[in-house]
Amino acid sequence: MKTLYERTITGGGMWSQTVGRGKVIRFTDIEGGANVSMLLYNADEMIERYNMPDTLKGQHTFQLTEGHCLHSDMGRIFCSIIKDTAGWHDSVCGCTDAQLVQNKYGECSFQEARNKFYRNARDNFLIELGKHGLGKKDIVPNLNLFSKVVCDDTGVLHFVEGSSKAGSFIELRFEMDTLVVLTTCQHPLDPNPEYDPKRVKLEVFSADPVTEDDICRTSRPENDRAYLNTQDYYALRS
Amino acid sequence: MTESTYSPETATYRKVVEAGDHWMHRISKGQTFRILDLEGNQAADTLFYNADDPSERYAADITVRNQNALYLTTGTTLMSTEGNPLLTITADTCGNHDTVGGACSRESNTMRYSQNTEHMHACRDIFLTGMHEWGEGFGKRDITNNINFFMNVPVTPEGGLTFEDGISGPGRYVEMIAEMDVICLISNCPQLNNPCNAYNPTPVEVLIWD
Repeated sequence: MKTLYERTITGGGMWSQTVGRGKVIRFTDIEGGANVSMLLYNADEMIERYNMPDTLKGQHTFQLTEGHCLHSDMGRIFCSIIKDTAGWHDSVCGCTDAQLVQNKYGECSFQEARNKFYRNARDNFLIELGKHGLGKKDIVPNLNLFSKVVCDDTGVLHFVEGSSKAGSFIELRFEMDTLVVLTTCQHPLDPNPEYDPKRVKLEVFSADPVTEDDICRTSRPENDRAYLNTQDYYALRS
Repeated sequence: MTESTYSPETATYRKVVEAGDHWMHRISKGQTFRILDLEGNQAADTLFYNADDPSERYAADITVRNQNALYLTTGTTLMSTEGNPLLTITADTCGNHDTVGGACSRESNTMRYSQNTEHMHACRDIFLTGMHEWGEGFGKRDITNNINFFMNVPVTPEGGLTFEDGISGPGRYVEMIAEMDVICLISNCPQLNNPCNAYNPTPVEVLIWD
């Protein structure tokens, strides 16, 4: 597969670009223990955005992995997880903010540390969202790629350390033209007491056509209906 | 399970909200707010905003990670997107409320059930009606991930998630004290396609004490 685009996002870094339908992004956890906090918007109508509840209840799952789809709040699919070697991605714990980073890791300003200063995911989201005319009202519960959080029988949440190994990767096939906004800050429940966000490799390829027996489309009847809704959306537009 | 010491007779505000209706109201810091499940197993889809700056609103993700637990009950602090306490749950005779199931919509019903459900009344339409009536620039950008009081969405350690029969019953309630001036928006859920309302949406009552 020909690589159309490749970047390495530094730990604590951020990235926002429009990714066209028919493209695949492969995210690779280079060192192990990475986290990618991510939000998704319809590139043409940014009022349509990633919806955690529709994604989870539509597929009767708390865990996101290969075969699952990431749903918008309009009954459509932004992208499909066509390959995943990490096995579990979180979508309920949100992202770090300035207060959490300060409480957990202490102060480390740009003045003091230059570009090794401590960043947080919420402020990074707001910086990138601002470049697309979006802001605080557009932040909703995000995805946390490579991070595994399980809920025990009593409802207590547990961050599972070491879930994503060096070289783990996830491939997202885009079904809609999507504004992808992401930041590589640590997961808010990561027990590591050190500020140590990991870098992530990002590669973009062209996708193969979606077949009738596609694993994401057929994994749930809800996904098949959401694929049809997405097809209808583009049938009307183009 | 924690019972309240407040009596409905002393409430300064009482209103019955029928199934399929919205209710949007300001609750002042220090006031106690109760949602009463009159007939049982009724999901009350609820959003909160900072009354002075509604860009600060309820955050499901911060609420669950702040308490390190998925379900809401007595002792849960409902957190804002800015990391501030909006309200704290002080009494709960149901015992377990959901905040990952979100609200139903006509669009998500076509994904979850079939195109044939597209015409059915749904919470996100009800939120929009309430927001437009309220004014102050409220609109779809303000529909964020809500609380489903009285709704039962069990999650398993293996990663399963289902909508189950409610564990609420007639007369059960949840009560909370406002930690700041908030605006509350409820859609009393009209969903008929899953057991969140026992396939029979019914009224809830809201009560406020000074």
